[in-house]
Amino acid sequence: MSTTSAAAGEVGQAAGGNGGKVPLSDRARSERRLGWWLAGPAFVVMLLVTAYPILQAFYESLFRFRLTDPDAREFTWLNNYWVVLTDSVWWRAVGVTVLITVITVAVEAVLGFALALVMHRALTTLRPILRTAILVPYAIITVVSAFAWFYAFDINSGFVNSWFGWLPGISENTNWFGEFSTSVFVIIASEIWKTTPFISLLLLAGLAQVPEDLQEAAKVDGATWWQRLYKVTIPNMKAAIMVALLFRTLDAFRIFDNVFIMTQGANNTEVVSFLAYRQTISRLEIGLGSAVSVLLFLCVVLISFLFIKLFKVDLASARGER
Amino acid sequence: MDEGQLSRGTKAWWWVAGVVVIVYALFPVAWIVSLSFKTPSDLATGNFLPTNWVWDNYDNILAGDAQELFLSALRNSVGISLIATFISVVLATFCAYAIARLDFPGKRLILTTALAVAIFPVISIVTPLFNLWRNIGLYDTWPGLIIPYLSLTLPISIWTLSAFFRQIPWELEQAAQVDGATTWQAFRKVIVPLATPGVFTTAIISFFIAWNDFVYGISLTSTEAARPVPAALAFFTGASQFEEPTGAIAAAAVVVTIPVVILVLLFQRRIVSGLTQGAVKG
Repeated sequence: MSTTSAAAGEVGQAAGGNGGKVPLSDRARSERRLGWWLAGPAFVVMLLVTAYPILQAFYESLFRFRLTDPDAREFTWLNNYWVVLTDSVWWRAVGVTVLITVITVAVEAVLGFALALVMHRALTTLRPILRTAILVPYAIITVVSAFAWFYAFDINSGFVNSWFGWLPGISENTNWFGEFSTSVFVIIASEIWKTTPFISLLLLAGLAQVPEDLQEAAKVDGATWWQRLYKVTIPNMKAAIMVALLFRTLDAFRIFDNVFIMTQGANNTEVVSFLAYRQTISRLEIGLGSAVSVLLFLCVVLISFLFIKLFKVDLASARGER
Repeated sequence: MDEGQLSRGTKAWWWVAGVVVIVYALFPVAWIVSLSFKTPSDLATGNFLPTNWVWDNYDNILAGDAQELFLSALRNSVGISLIATFISVVLATFCAYAIARLDFPGKRLILTTALAVAIFPVISIVTPLFNLWRNIGLYDTWPGLIIPYLSLTLPISIWTLSAFFRQIPWELEQAAQVDGATTWQAFRKVIVPLATPGVFTTAIISFFIAWNDFVYGISLTSTEAARPVPAALAFFTGASQFEEPTGAIAAAAVVVTIPVVILVLLFQRRIVSGLTQGAVKG
């Protein structure tokens, strides 16, 4: 239902909405004014809390500036970017972030879809219970999730080693946070557990929009369950899938909490957000930290752009427009 | 529903699938609850459940040594999250009403901006704010967190509410105006009662997001004056320097998870519709 402008147009009169040639009536003009009076504050606040800081970050990234030594502040053009981009620390952080993002989103897409299918088809008695259960990971604090997973695998307090000791490679002395691959495994596990519900709820909404008679028709024509999934269900909810993937990709790319709690970047598990944090807050290198922040921002812009151009994500549907 | 026609076998499979989902969702929560009831000596046994269930950890954070750290953090978290939620829901309510009901240029711009702000990397805001807040005295204060929290809560509020508001039958508003009500009266007397459930749901979702924040909390605070719970958890220390803070952290984690679980239990249907409408509504 997108009654939006049609509604307003009718309530107003013929001249409203089109603008241009016909002069706006008082009614239409006052409606415009009221529109901006109501929406303006929210719009301005959004710009103030994001556009302004990122511009400030860009400005500060042009200086060599460390808070511990404010007098040595010096304008160095794009030198900070040069320093960051020629440093293997940055590229390793990008690599780790991309690795975590790709695995997380891939697993979540499959797992989230399975969860959505179960919820979509669940018996009426079970559905509210499932919905409640699935919302718990969504609503829980990420840091709490990180601690839960950390302590589960931790060599001192965990139960994983004693439960799964029969698996090859796991023993009582397995230190999950002692090396890169196992650390990243637990980080990814926590991230997936916490955020799959979100993706599955988005996919569930998409599933609800697949016309039921199409499914029936395919069934009558003798299509198997898999065929119906691939030929009917998925194509009909492509927009929902792409929007869910875009959101989760951007969200996963910003990963910070899990890494901070579990490893603090030890064993090369540093991600881009943590690198920016470490430069700014721990080392007080405002210039370098700002450069990393701006680069992270550009990465996010690039990912959005790729999604929109390559996969043709329909953002209008994400905004609730048609 | 054609559930009556399902065979017993199929039904059993759906129950199995349902149980798997529930275990998946609640297992880590059960683990942190179990952990919170363990004694320090019980931690290293490698068992899932405590051998002795004790309240010591809760005692520690609510009345003992960790009390100062935890209770002030809890106060900060509740206060800051509620204020940020309140401000963004008020701003978003006006904004979403305008978007859903009025005809004015720039609607798309506002919605696109909300989308852009929602995907903004939080840490990129932290760096400049850290420096600025120190200069103007907002570092380690409530407003110093409430303002950046708006970048998290405002976009999702605008989205969710716009989606809710689009579904309200606008004819009612028109009818009120025909009956002589002004636009403002139509809004207040007709739309507000219809919109309240949507506003309420938006507030819950917005509160979850503020409650969950860690990046701002850890970067823009330094003391108990403003540090919220997620950040405080990272600062917990054991009773002595040789003791791990595991039990205290687990107990604190359980305490801050309780309100979230209650909200979910009470309003699961609304939260789901709010989350999905904001994102994938045609």
